[in-house]
Amino acid sequence: MTSSHRDHLGRPVIAVTGHGVVTSLGIGKDDNWKALTAGQSGIHAITRFATEGLGTRIAGTVDFLNGTPETAADLSYDMAELAAAEAVGEAGLPRGRFPGPLFMAVPPVEIEWPQRLAFDAAAAEGQTCYGRLISGAKAQNWPWPYDRFVFAGVAERTAETFGTQGVPISLSTACASGATAVQLGVEAIRRGDCEAALCIGTDGSINTESLIRFSLLSALSTKNDLPEEAAKPFSKNRDGFVMAEGAGALVLESLDHALARGADVLAILAGIGERADDFHRTRSKPDGSAVIGAIRNVLDDAGLGTDAIDYVNAHGTSTPENDKMEHLALDHVFGDELPKMAVSSNKSMIGHTLTAAGAVEAVFSIQTMRRGRIPPTINYAEPDPEIAMDVVPNKARDADVTSVMSNSFGFGGQNVCLIMTAP
Amino acid sequence: MTSAPVSSDRDAVITGIGLISGLGEGVRATHALLAAPEPARPAVEEEEFAPYPVIPMAELDLSTQIPRRGDQRQMGPWQRFGVYAAGLALDDAGIKDDEELLGRTNLIVAAGGGERDPEADSLVLEAARGSADPAGSLAEPLLTNLRPTLFLSQLSNLLAGNISIVHHVTGSSRTFMGEELSGAMALEVAVRRIQSGQGDVFLVGGAYNAEREDMLLFYELGRHLWQGDPTAGVWQRAEKGGGIICGSMGAFLVIESRAHAAARGAKAYARLDRVATDTGRRDDEAAIGARLERLAAALDGDDDRPLGYLCGASGARQATDMERDFIDLLSRNHDMAVRTFGSVLGHGLEAQMPVGVALAAAAFDQKRYYPPFDPADPATGGDTLADRIAVSSFGHWRGEAVAVVSSAD
Repeated sequence: MTSSHRDHLGRPVIAVTGHGVVTSLGIGKDDNWKALTAGQSGIHAITRFATEGLGTRIAGTVDFLNGTPETAADLSYDMAELAAAEAVGEAGLPRGRFPGPLFMAVPPVEIEWPQRLAFDAAAAEGQTCYGRLISGAKAQNWPWPYDRFVFAGVAERTAETFGTQGVPISLSTACASGATAVQLGVEAIRRGDCEAALCIGTDGSINTESLIRFSLLSALSTKNDLPEEAAKPFSKNRDGFVMAEGAGALVLESLDHALARGADVLAILAGIGERADDFHRTRSKPDGSAVIGAIRNVLDDAGLGTDAIDYVNAHGTSTPENDKMEHLALDHVFGDELPKMAVSSNKSMIGHTLTAAGAVEAVFSIQTMRRGRIPPTINYAEPDPEIAMDVVPNKARDADVTSVMSNSFGFGGQNVCLIMTAP
Repeated sequence: MTSAPVSSDRDAVITGIGLISGLGEGVRATHALLAAPEPARPAVEEEEFAPYPVIPMAELDLSTQIPRRGDQRQMGPWQRFGVYAAGLALDDAGIKDDEELLGRTNLIVAAGGGERDPEADSLVLEAARGSADPAGSLAEPLLTNLRPTLFLSQLSNLLAGNISIVHHVTGSSRTFMGEELSGAMALEVAVRRIQSGQGDVFLVGGAYNAEREDMLLFYELGRHLWQGDPTAGVWQRAEKGGGIICGSMGAFLVIESRAHAAARGAKAYARLDRVATDTGRRDDEAAIGARLERLAAALDGDDDRPLGYLCGASGARQATDMERDFIDLLSRNHDMAVRTFGSVLGHGLEAQMPVGVALAAAAFDQKRYYPPFDPADPATGGDTLADRIAVSSFGHWRGEAVAVVSSAD
């Protein structure tokens, strides 16, 4: 089949025809957008588990679904299902018969402490710690289905619910995962393997251990007293990111496929760009070359110059390192254009949704274009003089936005950028 | 699509292999051991994890591929195995120090969860056990016993991250998860990207550490582990209720477009024609039957040539029974020569398919197939090397995959 809509490299143009989201601000695009443009924060004191004695006791947990999730896999699935249902519904596609594959970013899945404690208590024997746990696991039939602890489990359940085609890909590129899911969908459609793809990022993995792990890396804000003011991207007094939960889903189609079935085209997924870093497990190369490479690659892929981006939906985690590095890279690539561009961080309000972030923020990037309003970077009281950018401080701003670059950078040297344009 | 007998510039050819297992390291050395009239067997550890036999990794001199001790300390055994195998593959492809080429090499890793530290978990459990509210008393012992570096050694994408850091592969970096099928999907995506011009050079693979109590616990929760005779092959185990014997292994493959390999004068082991995959529930016999029919059709179209078959069956009962049915199905059209490497090397989950493809590529490179590995192998056929070798990895829980490897010529 020859496509009538081709991009600057002769590849099928990719349309976004559905998008959905869940964050600590609520379920669905409308509630989220209202809160996001009102500068409202979803960060709060953690009530899911005891936090006494911990350095960080705040997060953007999603607590309004089914009470306390039994496992990270349960909450991750529940949020993904909501976000994907919104996206697939908007695209006007049947829920149980999605015409393409599933690419899904999922958080680490494993047997967790509630299970370990239960196995330990049920153990009849065993010399070693895990000997006891195994003995306990064998002692009876447990209420947790095996698929809760299988990495493929969340995506397999999602694939069944939405009737996606073929084997779903579960993936992790740390905090770039959501964007990687979109990349994989774009590539699959471009090479003609499919006409549509469902791309999801989800993360419901906040528990005692995950919080402590990120704490031990000194990555988290410890501003527990005013949770909603803890995430301060690009501020001089920023002191770390705030862990959060959420899910984002995009329906991608070749533009021809979308038009042929009369679907509304919400945005064009114009470019994907990536560059891996080989410097350090948690830090970027000091010269920013990997992040710079990812930004250059996404501009090349989209066939756009440095004067063509209206708005940057920043990674903007609020860690001292990330925000400095992101600014350095943007300044290096965009130079004189940067002062004319708006750069804001959704994470100032929703926190860092980790595995989901790239997908969640892609949804908000598209909303920014469609609603003509840029969500602010809140908590911007003390500008960092070394990060001179228009961060859309504290208040949303009306603007005609026709192109957005969304950045996602992760531990392990993962750097992915997406460019979306108005149809 | 049917198999493409005609050679094309956009064929995906394998130009470098890093293989490690209980039999040692090196793809040619491993081929020699397994192609011997009496194929070699790795040592089995029967005591340490009793009642579960496991196959440990052969001794590796890690410093040859991970020279900095600081890098080694940042990883668990699983990540070290993977980074080591990836280094072997890059060496073998002759691109280890080619900075320009590594800068555009695309990495796809099939990964599981990172390894837990049993000592830390033990201390946490001890502390929580005595408490009136164990679940509410986790914070303090976790805070005391977790180490920051451990977190990184447990992140799934940090095998890829460490490969980038140690070997400077930086074109792109993707980590797929999802047990056996992640290994198949990693290969499938690489092949399709090469065939369609979305990249010229890929480094693809995975690793598995069988000496992991946390994974034994996981498998035991699904009642998937074998507890009997450690020499029993997968078919025998499946007949007796089924059971997995975990095997340490790792395989990374450098896969290039034929034109790219030719331009830099690289020798190809074999061509990776395609990877066919499917998935679905396993509680519906009719659906399973339809899937196996589709998989067979995707594999060979109308082709009736003899077929080598390197079987990566795990021994998990249902999956292994399904695979026997699949082999029966293929046997209708082909003279099959089934060699169940899962009965020799054990089960390596995400790494199983990459290891099988490495063994298939080696057979074409050495122009020598393998003698039967398992006395219960269905359809052992002859020892002649067929035109094509199918490599299977059926997920112990979900998913079915077959890769087709053929001569590079």
